Amino acid sequence: MDTEDQAADLVPALRRRMFEIMVLAKACDERLRKGIGTGEFMTVYWPSRGQEAVAAGFATCLRPDDRLVTTYRGLHDQIAKGVPLVEILGEMLGRQVGASRGKGGTMHIADPSVGLMLSTGIVGAGVPVAVGLALAARRQGSDRVVLASFGDGATNTGSFHEATNLAATWRLPVVLVCQNNRYAEMTPTEATMPVSRISDRAKGYDMPGAHVDGNDPEAVHRATAVAVDRARSGGGPTLIECLTYRFFGHFFGDPMAYIPKDELAAAIAADPVGRFADRLLSAGVLDQAGVDEIDAGARHRVDEALATVLASPPPTLDELGRDVYADLGADR
Amino acid sequence: MSAGAADEQTMTVREALALALDQALAADERVLLLGEDIADPGGGVSGVTAGLSTTYGEDRVLDTPISEAAIAGAAIGAALEGMLPVAEIMIMDFVGIAIDQIVNHAAKLRFMSGGRTTCPITLRTAVFGGLGSGATHSQSLEAWFMHIPGLKVVVPSTPRDAKGLLTAAIFDPDPCVVVETVITYGATGPVPLDPGFTIPIGEAEVKRPGNDVTIVTYGRGVFDAMTAADQLSSEGIDVEVLDLRSLVPLDTARVLESVAKTRRAVVHHYATTFAGPGAEVAATISAELFGQLAAPVARVGGRFTPIPAAAGLEAAALPSAAMLVDAVRRTVGRHGG
Repeated sequence: MDTEDQAADLVPALRRRMFEIMVLAKACDERLRKGIGTGEFMTVYWPSRGQEAVAAGFATCLRPDDRLVTTYRGLHDQIAKGVPLVEILGEMLGRQVGASRGKGGTMHIADPSVGLMLSTGIVGAGVPVAVGLALAARRQGSDRVVLASFGDGATNTGSFHEATNLAATWRLPVVLVCQNNRYAEMTPTEATMPVSRISDRAKGYDMPGAHVDGNDPEAVHRATAVAVDRARSGGGPTLIECLTYRFFGHFFGDPMAYIPKDELAAAIAADPVGRFADRLLSAGVLDQAGVDEIDAGARHRVDEALATVLASPPPTLDELGRDVYADLGADR
Repeated sequence: MSAGAADEQTMTVREALALALDQALAADERVLLLGEDIADPGGGVSGVTAGLSTTYGEDRVLDTPISEAAIAGAAIGAALEGMLPVAEIMIMDFVGIAIDQIVNHAAKLRFMSGGRTTCPITLRTAVFGGLGSGATHSQSLEAWFMHIPGLKVVVPSTPRDAKGLLTAAIFDPDPCVVVETVITYGATGPVPLDPGFTIPIGEAEVKRPGNDVTIVTYGRGVFDAMTAADQLSSEGIDVEVLDLRSLVPLDTARVLESVAKTRRAVVHHYATTFAGPGAEVAATISAELFGQLAAPVARVGGRFTPIPAAAGLEAAALPSAAMLVDAVRRTVGRHGG
């Protein structure tokens, strides 16, 4: 299945919505890197800059009650699913306004109120949990679907293969979105697997495998829409490989010695956010003033959220004993 | 099963576990079982789940592939949505495949999400030690789970405790690891039939009162301790047997209460003595009752070696009632304080 050739335009409101998500994720990333880089605040951060189109494309296929499982490189996914910026930034900076009052940190953001059930810090580990979320949906008589977002490296884990096999065997309402950003931590993807297309791994589980341009939100959206419909109607899981790129390495501060400079420069020159802006301008969906307004609006929202976060105190030490157990303190 | 007191029946540990699962499935739609070979006609490798898929359907009693990470992860995901999954890891040695899901996810999701996501799974697993299955099918690995904040760990001994602790675990709001012992599945005793019967997690129980020395033990060790206590009784040594039942939370108060009375303690289990659960118990007793003890706290556990297959070697690697008798004699023979 190859969806890149499907030329029919998506409706303007949807295209604009995807662009807004991408711009907001980009603005948030830029402000975070500026703040860490200048010493304004401290956090650990696994940047998703460059991968915004994937999140914008898939999240716009989901209902509010559909579930998302993502990873430590999850900023764009979390924003796309609707997690409030204050909760994301507050969690990253370890403040009381954070999603879990600073106890989870950058890698572990959850907001069930918008369907974000898990962000995992363990590569591949989200897929088994997604299977369980889908199992519950079926048991509870709901037609909600579960989208599991993960990287190329995850598809080499036992967790991925065990869970993908189970999702396919039980025909569960799961959509598997692989954000192939070309590097598994610091190793090129092609050095880690014999297949040239991760989507081919779907064949082993008798499920459809789609391979799309992950830097094109419309291509991601079209493929995901098919997969979501299939999952929701009882057809079982689909694996979608979105070919994309990360601009800032595995973690912020990564010297990226393993990335060829010309490869990185070419990827940044083809920035999916700018590319999509150009497309919407030429299609007349937005004019330059509209693009500028969305950009300024995103920066303003990020600044406002950050101001709230920086005004919020760090968690109090009694948090150590809270939420370890439902009914007990921390110390046994 | 045979009739006992009005609201109790005599049954085996296996039957008591089955009854707990049966009653939980009947009582609450949120309960579902998943694991390898648990559906009929297999009904579980040891028969604990026999009949349940026929009664409750294969969409509530789910046979899985041999995929322990997926079993644990699927239980976790379902629990995040408010279900009460009971996942079976057939043999305790197999938990290694699932350990990331248990340790990095089930145990920590409540804390890491600030209470937004909770994980009330029950993980049933069984120790197969003593059956000659060798080093990868015999281990008592409960100390692994005791080391992880967020998990509760229970190890029932009697049929009554098996039913009460499993029921408590299923309806507990936190992830619970229930460690069963295959070699004692056939042990019999009275079991309350009330579906609401539970043993509170975190409460030890005096299985036999005594005044001279306390054997602190759990699981299979309780059977050794009762045997040893009978034998030592004929020698005039009055043994108290304290069954921990829960390892997390650990009932430190009852341990200290008993040992404060007897002034002597022998800690016993089938996990290795070295860095075993008994190390925590012995250290706590020593720290809290230092001035009152009449003898150092003794420990009787598994030898620090992979568990061998050949019968004679396996018997020598694992503890026994005879070793416990010797340890108690040495402890009582010491005179201090």
